Amino acid sequence: MEFFLSALIWLVNPENYVPGSQSPLPISDRLIEHVLYTAICVLISAVIALPLGFYIGHTGRGRQFVISLTGGARAMPTLGLLMALSVFFGYFLSFTVTGFAAAFTALTILAIPSTLAGAYAGIESVDRTTVDAARASGMSEMQILAKVEIPLAMPLIIGGIRASVLQVIATAVVASYIGLGGIGRIISSGIGFNDNDRILGGALLVTILALVVDGMLALVQRFVSPRALRTPIFTPRAVRRETSDTRAASAGRRAVAEASADEGK
Amino acid sequence: MIEFQGVSKVFDDGTRAVDDFTLVLPSHKTTVFVGSSGSGKTTLLRMINRMVDPTGGRILIDGEDIARLDPVRLRRRIGYVLQAAGLLPHRTVVDNIATVPRLNGVPRAQARAAARELLGTVGLEESLAMRYPNQLSGGQQQRVGVARALAADPNVLLMDEPFGAVDPIVRAELQQELNRLQRELGKTIVFVTHDIDEAFLLADQVVILKTGGVVAQVGTPGQILSEPAEDFVASFIGADAGKRQLYLQHRQGDGDVTLVVDGDGRPTGVLAGSPAAPGADPR
Repeated sequence: MEFFLSALIWLVNPENYVPGSQSPLPISDRLIEHVLYTAICVLISAVIALPLGFYIGHTGRGRQFVISLTGGARAMPTLGLLMALSVFFGYFLSFTVTGFAAAFTALTILAIPSTLAGAYAGIESVDRTTVDAARASGMSEMQILAKVEIPLAMPLIIGGIRASVLQVIATAVVASYIGLGGIGRIISSGIGFNDNDRILGGALLVTILALVVDGMLALVQRFVSPRALRTPIFTPRAVRRETSDTRAASAGRRAVAEASADEGK
Repeated sequence: MIEFQGVSKVFDDGTRAVDDFTLVLPSHKTTVFVGSSGSGKTTLLRMINRMVDPTGGRILIDGEDIARLDPVRLRRRIGYVLQAAGLLPHRTVVDNIATVPRLNGVPRAQARAAARELLGTVGLEESLAMRYPNQLSGGQQQRVGVARALAADPNVLLMDEPFGAVDPIVRAELQQELNRLQRELGKTIVFVTHDIDEAFLLADQVVILKTGGVVAQVGTPGQILSEPAEDFVASFIGADAGKRQLYLQHRQGDGDVTLVVDGDGRPTGVLAGSPAAPGADPR
């Protein structure tokens, strides 16, 4: 418990946020690096995985291939991949670029499976009757994808990205192994100095970051799901009650409302 | 006018759904394809808007071979209503109805205004306009489906068992509504059902299909009822069981009531205009 408190105190100590402090401080710089690495890798992975997932979900082609591929990719140890890639890129890239190339590639590969799975599962989950009706109404395949499948699949698509983001935030600490920044820098320097505050403080920081970002994405997920399909928690009760064909009931309610309005006069 | 000329369809797995089908579907009339499952009736329907392409023969709409038309453009000219309504769950009722006009480039406000008018045409209140499909009853959804199919004012309306999923009372209501709409609009309607009574109610021309898309008989309801072409037709419409030949009967104890009975002597109703049951008459 003392370890824990001491690490928390270290984490909130303003001295550790003074600009220009010796690495791995200030904490804020490492935090920003960490977020930046995550954002870049998730973005690259989304650019690759989303179109691929949409294609597979829409056409049903290549499904088996991709399922086995993403299953395999999930089992890949990112640290090992990072080391192998840094050796590989080291042959033909300059020293400074090698680290970034290796780390971003490894983290992007980590992020792809979840995003891809979310994208194709989302598209596949759309009711085939709805798609059939859209096609029969005269929508082109691209219009079906853009106006029907993607909007309806949005919650699952964002869910996939959300899982990717969590994985990358948690794993991006390995970037410090090949001389890059991020919160991993704080932890590895703590290991070097045998400084428990830094080790635990860094670990706590990654955890908090992951929780905060996940919470924000949960809100986004809620926000992007089609209004009619949101879970009824946020649906006003009046709307829900009128879902069944109850014209008489709603007329009755109106009458009651008018009566109580009269009483108020 | 829609013409099928020697149309066949063999699916990839070797199933022969339709075999050498030739028929003319007159304009402004309702043609009903009726048959049990596997009779190829839905396949025939879906070939008209190229949701299915035939493997042999050709289909003409007003003399134009549809194989030469772009399927997407063709479908926007043809209304389509299917069993589960198939509405877009993330769009409101008006936006669902306005789907095809919007695809054709009609401005949103104009398309929505037209969609609101169509609500009245299919017998829905305008207050439903901003609802989502899952807030409607099955019958209401089906009406919205019909409105959507009518939105681009197509000449041809395809209906694939549109009333199969609603309860019998709502179904009867929707059937009457369709007959009313057809009197007002005069579309070329192609309707698919497995319910022979529905076919007789709606059709100008009935096509009875056997397994594999083979035509058993084509004719008006009257022709088919009076002269079933073969045993299959007779059994399909229930004529062999005596259900289609009705007799008038007077029974003791019924007073002046004229009963209508089927071939087995089973009463099916009373003759309209005959006096009401004894006791109900004030005289």
